Amino acid sequence: MTKQTTEHRTVGQSLFHESAHLHVTGRATYTDDIPERNGTLHAAMGLSAKAHAKIKSMDLSAVKNAPGVVAVITLDDVPGDKYLGPFLHDEPVFADGETLYVGQPMFAVAATSHDLARRAAKLAKVEYEDLPAILTAQQGAEEKAYVLPPVHIARGDVEDKLATAPHRHDGDFYVGGQEQFYLEGQIAYALPGEDMDMHVYCSTQHPSEMQFMVAHALGQPVHGIKVECRRMGGGFGGKETQSWYFATVAAILARHTGKPVKLRADRDDDMMITGKRHDFRALFDVGYDDNGRILGVKFQYQLRCGFSADLSGPVGDRQIFHTDNAYYLDTFDILSIRAKTNTQSNTAFRGFGGPQGIIAIEYVIDDIARKLGKDPLEVRKANFYGKTERNVTPYQMTVEDNVIHELVGQLEESSEYQKRRAEIDAFNATSPVLKKGLSLVPVKFGISFTATQFNQAGALLHIYTDGSVLINHGGTEMGQGLNTKVAQVVAEELGVDFARVRVSATDTSKVPNTSATAASTGTDLNGKAAQDAAVKIKTVLAEFAATKYGCAADEVKFRDNQVICGDKASVPFDEFVRVAYTGRVPLWSSGFYRTPKIHYDFATLTGRPFFYFVYGAACSEVIVDTLTGENRITRSDILYDAGSSINPAIDIGQIEGGFIQGAGWLTTEELWWNKDGKLMTHAPSTYKIPAVSDCPPVLNVKLFENSNGEESIYRSKALGEPPLPLGMAVFLAIRDAIASLGEGRVAPPLNAPATAEAILNTIEIVQAEARAKQLEKVTA
Amino acid sequence: MVKFTINGKAHSFDGDLAMPLLWYLRDELAMTGTKYGCGMALCGACTVHLDGQSVRSCVTPVSAADGKKITTIEGVDAERIGRAVQAAWRKLQVVQCGYCQSGQIMTATALLAANKNPSDADIDAAMSGNICRCATYVRIRAAIHEAARSLA
Repeated sequence: MTKQTTEHRTVGQSLFHESAHLHVTGRATYTDDIPERNGTLHAAMGLSAKAHAKIKSMDLSAVKNAPGVVAVITLDDVPGDKYLGPFLHDEPVFADGETLYVGQPMFAVAATSHDLARRAAKLAKVEYEDLPAILTAQQGAEEKAYVLPPVHIARGDVEDKLATAPHRHDGDFYVGGQEQFYLEGQIAYALPGEDMDMHVYCSTQHPSEMQFMVAHALGQPVHGIKVECRRMGGGFGGKETQSWYFATVAAILARHTGKPVKLRADRDDDMMITGKRHDFRALFDVGYDDNGRILGVKFQYQLRCGFSADLSGPVGDRQIFHTDNAYYLDTFDILSIRAKTNTQSNTAFRGFGGPQGIIAIEYVIDDIARKLGKDPLEVRKANFYGKTERNVTPYQMTVEDNVIHELVGQLEESSEYQKRRAEIDAFNATSPVLKKGLSLVPVKFGISFTATQFNQAGALLHIYTDGSVLINHGGTEMGQGLNTKVAQVVAEELGVDFARVRVSATDTSKVPNTSATAASTGTDLNGKAAQDAAVKIKTVLAEFAATKYGCAADEVKFRDNQVICGDKASVPFDEFVRVAYTGRVPLWSSGFYRTPKIHYDFATLTGRPFFYFVYGAACSEVIVDTLTGENRITRSDILYDAGSSINPAIDIGQIEGGFIQGAGWLTTEELWWNKDGKLMTHAPSTYKIPAVSDCPPVLNVKLFENSNGEESIYRSKALGEPPLPLGMAVFLAIRDAIASLGEGRVAPPLNAPATAEAILNTIEIVQAEARAKQLEKVTA
Repeated sequence: MVKFTINGKAHSFDGDLAMPLLWYLRDELAMTGTKYGCGMALCGACTVHLDGQSVRSCVTPVSAADGKKITTIEGVDAERIGRAVQAAWRKLQVVQCGYCQSGQIMTATALLAANKNPSDADIDAAMSGNICRCATYVRIRAAIHEAARSLA
């Protein structure tokens, strides 16, 4: 798994993850592994038991008197802002007179041990008076309960296109949410320091946001708060904003008691408190021609946002922006409803609404193919964006880097799609119980934060006089290999071995005002900022070398651990930096990057929100037992456009993992709330993420030969999110297997996740419909 | 009072014997390589060996370890199989976030001790209780085969 390029020494190579030697020996430090300072208290939160209720009384005396309890705090004890939130400040730190969902924090306890804190938190006596609750997105949409106003985007006369299209149908479907299920749960450890300082170790994708929220909650300036994160045991979007409960409550208790306070959520509490991927209901109406080309399409999305806005606005926007996926939509009308519900506040999850947009259009395209009796792949191709025409997105951005035709063509060949399609049809014709299904699906994914201002990053690069290099940047490491890639960039720029470069923990006192490590932009932004810092240092060093050794500054090269000054001198890097230090040359620099070209108007939802697009496609085959609904993925092939990959081994790992995680979202991962609005799937006992036994025996992942047309960091393209929606190939293959029961002409009304239960229910409907059609034929 | 060895070193404990072994390791001994994931023996992040058998330390009381040999991720490299598994894990670049990987390595090591040449089905059966949200499973399978080859 190595890729050699002639011009680059470290970039493009499958170097090991910078922490690999620590990971495999248990020595990689996560937040809970930091040695605790003497006197550390442990916190737990008391959670509400009602979806929407007035808190008539809350008696905490038993909590306060429980063994080991040092402090109990409620909303009244929050010294600063009592309401927080990333966009709207609509989230109370603790319940404010009423509960807004089951699991909402109402108070917090600090005790001498984790166990005692948790036991005490169960002793509250709360009297509730039930209020009407909204428990589904559909109910929220019907009652016009919104966390943010609906967003609407349209082009052309869609009613006319629908009315005059040769074919038209409408329908609705539901796609479930997804729990992030980072294996390392939410955690923060707050250490009060001198003069109102507060140092918070937090497992978070967004140290700056945590810093700001802690400062707001404590009512003090940001400069006294330091948030640090060495690494996370997974984030997946769940630690973008929602680590705030833990960071702020730990800090408030630390301020309140004057002691260090650790708040590590129990798994069940974590799942009860924090939001998930937005589940949604989609209603659609589509008109198309005989080839299945869409002439006009209407969508209404009803997103379950939960009790607060959190990131639901940009998530909903990104769903709209990915409703085109790889297809040109000439005439469309998309309405996005951000329903307010009395459930957890749904938030970021790898893809951030993108997968929800992509699955919606793919569902509709799959339907069109069934109605026309065509292979869905044919209908997909008929709708692909063109290269020079039919290439403007619904948000008025021209697609300039389209490779979807070639990419899908190559995957169709390498996966032997057509041959296997014929084999599967033959198999299904003779197999009464087991049915196979196949699906090949493209993905186009826009890269950049839609909010333009977040597309900036900083870095701080130090060279020490022994020639070792330390890079700090604003991104966070959550397993995606960001630190490895940034170190590769720095090593490449300085012409030194990878081993000389160390990446420090993310620290708000080193690089300020950082963006979340999110939107797949980690390497694009922070890699560029680190490169900028390296280039700045090199510029100064080259001038110094020119004076010292008598060459021209532009002749100075940094390569192979040497500083080469034309034909005048070649000095080992470490020796050179010692000489430069003696010559009083600064050996450190900041770096900065802002993504060029992008702009976006929130009022009209138009502009160029994305710097470029990532393309990919997946082909999956499944086998379904039609008597039980059980199913297996038997093979998957993936082709992915990573541009000029900085680290192919890391990138392929991201693709494999993202694909399987996406398949989990749409198959086994079911979030289920009871009639009182209580999430009942709040542990791995009831919430099923993929295990090794759920992975296909054959998973072929290849990188598409390409380079980024835009000047991204070493012309690479983003990973992170775009692999996740590839998992829909599994869902659509299951749908394909079910469709075989209706001779391929019935569009199975399969909702996601396609659990065995959902599959079985759909099979019964399809079989009944097929029987009815058969009867029609006979009686005709 | 219970007595056992951890990674070859003798220990005794006369505190709360109902304490899960995980907390004894992490809180009493500051051996933080073994991770808390779910606390219900459902995720595998806390896997250690008790006399060579994989157990979930989050639900194993300290009393259950009395007189036994405990091996954790910090000591798994004392044995040839453990070293081979760690080496394969690095060679095939299995790890993403790393949080579940102590448990994965412990379960894989116990598997290879019992079965020198496991098939994919054997791996799936032995490893399906160790969940990985990064879904590094394809490489976990490959790395177990790689370790088996290197030990042959």
